[in-house]
Amino acid sequence: MTKPTGTPASAAGQRTTGNTAKRYQAGVLKYKEMGYWVPDYEPKDTDVIAIFRITPQEGVDPEEAAAAVAGESSTATWTVVWTDRLTAAENYRAKAYRVDPVPGQADQYFAWIAYDLALFEEGSIANLTASIIGNVFGFKPLKALRLEDMRLPVAYVKTFRGPPTGIVVERERLDKYGRPLLGATTKPKLGLSGKNYGRVVYEALLGGLDFTKDDENINSQPFMHWRDRFLFVMEAVNRAQAMTGEVKGHYLNVTAGTMEEMYRRAEFARELGSVIIMVDLVIGYTAIQSMAEWARQNDMILHMHRAGHSTYTRQKTHGVSFRVIAKWMRLAGVDHLHTGTAVGKLEGDPLTVQGFYNVCRDAVTKEDLPRGLFVDQDWAGLRKVMPVASGGIHAGQMHQLLDLFGDDVVLQFGGGTIGHPMGIKAGATANRVALEAMVLARNEGRDIASEGPDILRKAAKDCKPLEAALATWKDVTFNYASTDTSDFVPTASVA
Amino acid sequence: MADTVDLKRMLDESHVSDVLDELDRELVGLKPVKTRIREIASLLVVEKAREALGVTSAPPSLHMCFTGNPGTGKTTVAMRMAEILHRLGHVRKGHLVAVTRDDLVGQYIGHTAPKTKEVLKKAMGGVLFIDEAYYLYRPENERDYGQEAIEILMQVMENQREDLVVIFAGYKSRMDRFFESNPGLSSRVAHHIDFPDYSDGELLQIADRMVDGLGLQLAEGARKALAEYLSIRRKQPNFANARSLRNALDRARLRQARRLIEAGEVDAASLTTIEEADIRASRVFDAAPAAKDKEKAAC
Amino acid sequence: MRITQGTFSFLPDLTDEQIAKQVEYALDQGWAVSIEHTDDPHPRNTYWEMWGMPMFDLKDAAGLMTELKECRKVFPDRYIKVNAFDSTLGFETMRLSFIVDRPAREPEFNLRRTDTSGRNIRYELETVRS
Repeated sequence: MTKPTGTPASAAGQRTTGNTAKRYQAGVLKYKEMGYWVPDYEPKDTDVIAIFRITPQEGVDPEEAAAAVAGESSTATWTVVWTDRLTAAENYRAKAYRVDPVPGQADQYFAWIAYDLALFEEGSIANLTASIIGNVFGFKPLKALRLEDMRLPVAYVKTFRGPPTGIVVERERLDKYGRPLLGATTKPKLGLSGKNYGRVVYEALLGGLDFTKDDENINSQPFMHWRDRFLFVMEAVNRAQAMTGEVKGHYLNVTAGTMEEMYRRAEFARELGSVIIMVDLVIGYTAIQSMAEWARQNDMILHMHRAGHSTYTRQKTHGVSFRVIAKWMRLAGVDHLHTGTAVGKLEGDPLTVQGFYNVCRDAVTKEDLPRGLFVDQDWAGLRKVMPVASGGIHAGQMHQLLDLFGDDVVLQFGGGTIGHPMGIKAGATANRVALEAMVLARNEGRDIASEGPDILRKAAKDCKPLEAALATWKDVTFNYASTDTSDFVPTASVA
Repeated sequence: MADTVDLKRMLDESHVSDVLDELDRELVGLKPVKTRIREIASLLVVEKAREALGVTSAPPSLHMCFTGNPGTGKTTVAMRMAEILHRLGHVRKGHLVAVTRDDLVGQYIGHTAPKTKEVLKKAMGGVLFIDEAYYLYRPENERDYGQEAIEILMQVMENQREDLVVIFAGYKSRMDRFFESNPGLSSRVAHHIDFPDYSDGELLQIADRMVDGLGLQLAEGARKALAEYLSIRRKQPNFANARSLRNALDRARLRQARRLIEAGEVDAASLTTIEEADIRASRVFDAAPAAKDKEKAAC
Repeated sequence: MRITQGTFSFLPDLTDEQIAKQVEYALDQGWAVSIEHTDDPHPRNTYWEMWGMPMFDLKDAAGLMTELKECRKVFPDRYIKVNAFDSTLGFETMRLSFIVDRPAREPEFNLRRTDTSGRNIRYELETVRS
């Protein structure tokens, strides 16, 4: 960084007209001196607030680093430009107004930055993200940068249409209340023909699951053309409905190379009477918003698999926290969102994961630092997203899952259903019986967190498949230290 | 099974004594009522002890009848009773639902049963308090819907003793007549408690507590005037014990307020003091010497 | 066949004591309970017949259990379910709904398939009462 000319004026001083001429002299100024550091700024109710974790390069003052992030994610460029003076620049500058050291991390800081609402286009995640995470993550004076949380003002939230269906309407449409929903991802992920694939779906739904699911990378490969899959799967879904009298569904993954092809697949799913379709996070924010629009028009539940997210959400020092992705997804409009299991095979500290669930399901999400929530977020009546817990979970963990996540969640037991020693149908039944027994016991006032294993054993007396499931997976846990944990509590993990 | 039962401990463990003591402290007078309540509580503890020793007995009938003039503390005691029954495990929740005929009886055919059932359902787990219960029975009109309500009540009182306790309340003479004409009901009511009128002294004690509760005080003269007021008012129609007293005090507060406003500047003491004049201004005193003008007396 | 709608269909039929406990739970949450019955359990049959109005302001499960007994007397061979409704903002919907009675012989569903264009099939589900 080049030393600026002249004496640095106070941040407040820069906003007075007296210094304006000096401020816009050609050359390079510190970001702090360009008006991006305003410690006395009080954010307006309509400001977008972003909380970044910054790791400045050695020798870079944290306030200057915060100002740089504010600058680079709003109006600044590396040098002073006279054309700023043709604008009400003051208004468009993001303002870093608070820098707190991260507890226990000597070189990291939380920087709070406020953005005026006028910086953003209404109803566009693409525009919001192009600003907030557009250029700034590669910025040289920072070693690492992570977007931890955002406060989206009600005024901005109202420009998004949110989930097409939402938890309440989804339940009313499916006629399923009072318990988590159950799902399973069809396995093996790859290689099954359409007909064999449908067999797995039929057995699992017949056995008691509410949903089955395409995996994120099941699209239209040589072993199974998408139309084949859709046709066989819907035969399986309809047969299972006839055999149980229950509404059933299969998330038909419509992810494809172009929007045109995705619409084509979605239309076909609708024609066949599917209640739900699915897309992957990798299709991109705009495509997601378009598919949400389509789902809204076609009374379709939209399931989202967060494929790819761990590339930028997992490491604590760099990237975007998943709670921010969850917020964007609620705005963009998905009905289901994979948000972690805490007890399964994939990354997720229990408190942090609960924070993601709160973002999906609250009417107003409250600040809760141990859960990684930095700010209150009023959702302004936006529909709620059904979180999905999927990956390496089984019936023996039912009490932990219900205790951690409550009723409004889809629990997905893929291996835990299909890998059952007595077959897929038995695997599904084991999960459903374990779930219903646990909900019943919880409602009767029992302490499921501690009595859970006992409740499961009792339920297994009337249910051979559950007995077999408990015996098969009794010792399976994934007890590794989480990488993405709150800085405000000692790290916890669920055994 | 144990051979002996420690009744004292059972009583302590149920914490019923706390409620009984509270009743003693909270309510002025009502000696015979308090004694009866203690007796009933003892009876229930003894019943429980019998059960603990394996001496089988039918679940006790707990439906009650509280008779007495208005304002003698029937509702307050009923609330305490609900709490006692709850602590002894005879009702599950211990709430009180207070109703009158209008809450139970409908205006047209088919209206009464759902109305009565609705009330019964809300009262389940607690105590249903039916004030002036005799209005349910109107012998002069043989098609009166009240009879329907009585029949549903009787059924539930008999078949769902563990779900609900009913307390009937009202004037003694009318209640006696009501039970005479409804022997089915009468036979299901096990406990009758008569609430005596408060003496003048007791009412003055109550007055002190009411005034104190409002953060006010009675000037010496005011207290005397109030005693006089009560002895006159008692002889007039529609006297309702503590309720009449509360009404008198409410009006005295209105007069005090008007007096203070007219005075303009006042100090803290006068703000919180009810003076003799505030009491004496009552029309009850006008009527007193003549004791003729009964129309006015109610005020 | 056993129709598996409702929160507890995979468990052995609930006893009255178990039903009362679920109702107590619902009342503790501040939900209003109600009873519905039908002879057509088609999965899209949203509106079962109401057995009276939802019971607001109950303090104890006995109120619902009394009605349930009545309903069983009148409809001994129907599906009966107990619902709990939550009126808080953001929900305003059912939070619990479970079948408490079934007919001795449950109906079945006939799946009718109609070939349309290509390999598409139109599916229709029909309740068959035996």
